[in-house]
Amino acid sequence: MSGALRTMRDAFIEQIYNKMRHMDDIFFLTADFGAPSLDKIRCEFRDRFINVGIAEQNLINVATGLALEGCKVYAYAIAPFITMRAYEQIRSNLSISSQIKPVNVNLIGVGAGVSYVVSGPTHHCLEDISIMRLLPNFTVFSPSDWKLAELFADYSINKKMPKYLRFDGTPLPSIYEDVEDLEIEKGFHEIKKGGKICLVSTGFMTHRALAAANESDDIGVIDVFMLKPVHNELLYNAVKKYECIITIEEAFINSGGLDSLVSKLLHDNQSNIKLKSLGFNDKYVFELGDRNYLHKINKLDKDSITSAVRDFYGKRQN
Amino acid sequence: MHILQDKQKLIGFLKEKALWVRRQTLMIHKIAPETRLASSLSDVEIFVALYYGGILKFDPKDINWQERDRFIISKGHGAISLYPILADLGYFPMEELKRVCKEDSFLGGIPDIIIPGFETTNGSLGHGLGVACGMATALKRKKSDSAVFVLIGDGELYEGSVWEAIMFASEHKLDNLVVIIDNNKICMLDYCKNIIDLTPLEKKFRTFNWKVKTIDGHDVRKICNTLHPLKIDRSGRPKVVIADTIKGRGVPQLEGDSLCHIKSLKEGEINDLLKGQK
Repeated sequence: MSGALRTMRDAFIEQIYNKMRHMDDIFFLTADFGAPSLDKIRCEFRDRFINVGIAEQNLINVATGLALEGCKVYAYAIAPFITMRAYEQIRSNLSISSQIKPVNVNLIGVGAGVSYVVSGPTHHCLEDISIMRLLPNFTVFSPSDWKLAELFADYSINKKMPKYLRFDGTPLPSIYEDVEDLEIEKGFHEIKKGGKICLVSTGFMTHRALAAANESDDIGVIDVFMLKPVHNELLYNAVKKYECIITIEEAFINSGGLDSLVSKLLHDNQSNIKLKSLGFNDKYVFELGDRNYLHKINKLDKDSITSAVRDFYGKRQN
Repeated sequence: MHILQDKQKLIGFLKEKALWVRRQTLMIHKIAPETRLASSLSDVEIFVALYYGGILKFDPKDINWQERDRFIISKGHGAISLYPILADLGYFPMEELKRVCKEDSFLGGIPDIIIPGFETTNGSLGHGLGVACGMATALKRKKSDSAVFVLIGDGELYEGSVWEAIMFASEHKLDNLVVIIDNNKICMLDYCKNIIDLTPLEKKFRTFNWKVKTIDGHDVRKICNTLHPLKIDRSGRPKVVIADTIKGRGVPQLEGDSLCHIKSLKEGEINDLLKGQK
């Protein structure tokens, strides 16, 4: 990890601002959710920046109408609300419609996982990976750092399909030194090559995974930044050399998230690789504290990851 | 586009077309009894006026013609009466009407974006106006003359997303937007007035700064005379026409029945009705 702290949304919005200066068919819509980095777009492109008010359903519907007229649309709101408040609008107008007509709508959900730590379960977003992954025709992007977020800007403009961008809410250091050679559609990157154990993580949890992996050369880390579509063959080729995989996500597990993705991959390849899933269990988080504390009580902190790794070695010796 | 110059002749022509559409709608219902008949009969004259009365600009040979007017049928469940019109105009062969809801047909019990001539995904209620707002916004930015029409059922007004869009449209001065409410006053299980009374509807729209007209939704002359000037009117406000209609219009068994939405006619009843009409 290196470099200054930066939010994914700032890095991404900056790129979209640059594009909007040259492309007059880009619209930026928000459900009354801002960011200092958004002010330039708000002030400079008054005819293409639209605040629909606290109305996520209309945010999706208006975005759809603009996209059906050929515009490239960014719809911006807090992650749990843009996904769940307007899920049926997303399903009907983006997922279903885009199968017949091009609909380039990019949903930017800020506050993935428990980014909004002390705001409680309404503002935590632990369901989005599962529910957005199940929608046909959708791309689900879950970057671990702002450089990946930045890289996605060109792709979001050019690929005329609906997309969900799952951004962490807090400033984070960058993980990637250089993203120029990354293939977005490959969907993942083996950040650290290991021996027997591979931590497969997404979003913020890749930072946790890397911290835990630094303890031993035996632990590899794969960052899955595209949760859909996934390049199954390449991903399997990357994980098949390991004896054990631990998936780590700031989301509910056993519910169709990253753990399900990897589990199906192993199943389809009749693999004997052991699999363990770390994430939130089947209950909401009312406890208060900082992110580390919430992770600790839900067994997602560095020590819990290390203990899961040790557990594998313990069982192996038996 | 088919526009008859002589107004009197046009009105007669539209009335004939409406009768033909009713018969065709009954025949579709005979093939596919699960289609929503009653709500597909209240909007027949509205469809006929829009497509044959010179209101909508369209080209069946170029369905994505940029200069076309957009028409969103938000009350998708009650729109099988548009199938014969689209077929008649050349959007797809007339033969397709004989295969509604059958294997390999693209004409379902509720219309979809896959059908040539349908702009959006319909059937799930409360989306059409918001999508229309997006289209109208894009068209205004492009300085296009095209208008966006939306047909909404009165029962559909219970969806909160419609009111989100009503607020949006006036705030953004979408004067290229014309909404038609098929005000047939019946939902699925009862009269609207017995569920949550929507009156006074005119006042509600005026309060939201919309231009409002109320008309008889089965009078093709009134529909044409109202929609045409409203389409051209670009005075900064979105426009709504509250079209008073009768659910199940033309079918005595359905008219006035609060449960008509979910009623299907038997084949014999349809045959009797078809015999009774010219």
